[in-house]
Amino acid sequence: MKDTILTKLTSKFGEGSFVSSEFRNELTIVVPPDRINDVCRFLKEEPDLSFDFLADLCGIDMNTPEKRFGVIYNLFSLKNKYRIRLKVFVEEENPVVPTVTTVWGTANWHERETYDMFGIVFDGHPDLRRVYMPDNYEHHPLRKDFPLMGIPGSIPLPKK
Amino acid sequence: MATRTDDISRKSRILQALEDQHTSIAFDDPLENDLVLNMGPQHPATHGVLRLLIRLDGETVIGCVPEIGYLHRGYEKLAENCSYHEFIPHTDRLDYISPLSNNTAYVLAVEKLLGIDAPERAQYIRVLISELARISSHLMFLGSLAMDVGALTVWMYAFREREKLYDIFERLAGARFTTSYTRIGGLAQDMTPEVDAMVRKFIEEFPSKLRECEKLLQTNRIFLGRTDGIGAITKEQAIDLALTGPGLRACNVDFDLRKAVPYLVYDRLDFEVPVFEGGDSLARYYVRMEEMRQSTKIVRQVLDTMPSGDIHAFKPKKVLPRKERIYTKMEELIHDFMLINSGINPPVGEVYFSVEAPKGELGFYFYSDGTGQPWRMKIRSPSFVNLQSLTPMVVGSMVSDVVAIIGSLDPVMGEADK
Repeated sequence: MKDTILTKLTSKFGEGSFVSSEFRNELTIVVPPDRINDVCRFLKEEPDLSFDFLADLCGIDMNTPEKRFGVIYNLFSLKNKYRIRLKVFVEEENPVVPTVTTVWGTANWHERETYDMFGIVFDGHPDLRRVYMPDNYEHHPLRKDFPLMGIPGSIPLPKK
Repeated sequence: MATRTDDISRKSRILQALEDQHTSIAFDDPLENDLVLNMGPQHPATHGVLRLLIRLDGETVIGCVPEIGYLHRGYEKLAENCSYHEFIPHTDRLDYISPLSNNTAYVLAVEKLLGIDAPERAQYIRVLISELARISSHLMFLGSLAMDVGALTVWMYAFREREKLYDIFERLAGARFTTSYTRIGGLAQDMTPEVDAMVRKFIEEFPSKLRECEKLLQTNRIFLGRTDGIGAITKEQAIDLALTGPGLRACNVDFDLRKAVPYLVYDRLDFEVPVFEGGDSLARYYVRMEEMRQSTKIVRQVLDTMPSGDIHAFKPKKVLPRKERIYTKMEELIHDFMLINSGINPPVGEVYFSVEAPKGELGFYFYSDGTGQPWRMKIRSPSFVNLQSLTPMVVGSMVSDVVAIIGSLDPVMGEADK
């Protein structure tokens, strides 16, 4: 299954577009941000692969000067009972990733959560509001530079 | 995004989201006005702090925007600052209706990251506790759904059975509610013959008690009228929204991680995955009732085939030693000191592991940088994802059915808000 996925992806998108790795029998493919939507749609619609189920989508802060933020897509194929993981990395300045809500509807809240927690903006998202923190909150709590104890005074207390 | 909405208050943004879903609100004729109803976050029937903004045309729901985050405790941030062992008690507080399956899911994910396996006996006990947790969670569902549609007796019956399960958990783990029973590479303590007898007694009596509840509900015209055909979702919508657990199986999708990607010893056990058609509240109810029966069957097999032996993997640098040996043996004392102070230090890498929790697919994603604390941990909580399906379920139904649909979806906000 792993070879099928990689062969199909390279034949569709060309050599050298992807970096793949494997750990504990889980295939991870790093995709350039501008192609993520096409790759996801291809993986979902190709009959042999049919990754029709987006199990999870989350962000990650690598805390590196280059390519600081990442978005991780955990896909599952109900037909083949197989999991793969896609990853996209973006720069700290202007972290924008195209949305995959057009491919899987479930990405909606996951992308809202990633925007809330990391400040990664999903281009084309229909309703990119914060999901956990208050809407007028200034910070993104899961970034590595956000302290564990929080920032005192960042959430105003209700008026008496 | 930031420029558009910096000055708009939170309240108006939620309303804006509600309005964006459909056409604009008309105010010309008073009788044709849409009404915006705010339900929750403090509402007894929303099963915790779930807030719904509902747009009504008369009594019909024409728009619904769920708003969550009132119980957000930042567990993912906390996990990045705890060792892997320290996070186990926090998993109790995710889906607090079935803490034992969260404990199991978490340690299985960490074990996958480490590349170790718990001994056979520990795996059997983990199956046993996962299934007992499933029964406990579905009983909660049964009671609350019945109460949401006005049948109070069933709630009492369901809680009577849950009480027996809590007695078992207390004997097994030492706590009724916050069990924290599993450990990386094993369990906190072994199952005693007394617990074995208690579980056998429970599963012997349970099917007849379940039948009692069924008799009260399944021939009840009010219950059927409030659930049959209400809150339906199609198979395609459910897969698109990644609905998992009983909600998906009620849409005639045969997907259960225990069968699809077998973990623990589920591949050796004989059980069926109940699948129903319709995708409505009644189908979700039938799936859960049948799952409780199947869980009883699994528990019986586990008790009969459970091997004896150790419950801790022999990996001294990864698995916490037993307390009595820490006090008497030098090696164990050193290992305990190192494990508590520097942690288990898994190799650099990333894993995603998920189990079939009572509510659906509960997954943990770990990104390890080789230190004692995870660099990133993501909880894929079933309630968070399942709540997205609430909007297509309630749109088109009556306002009084919203409560019953939430009950049939069975979200737990501790898990949805993390």
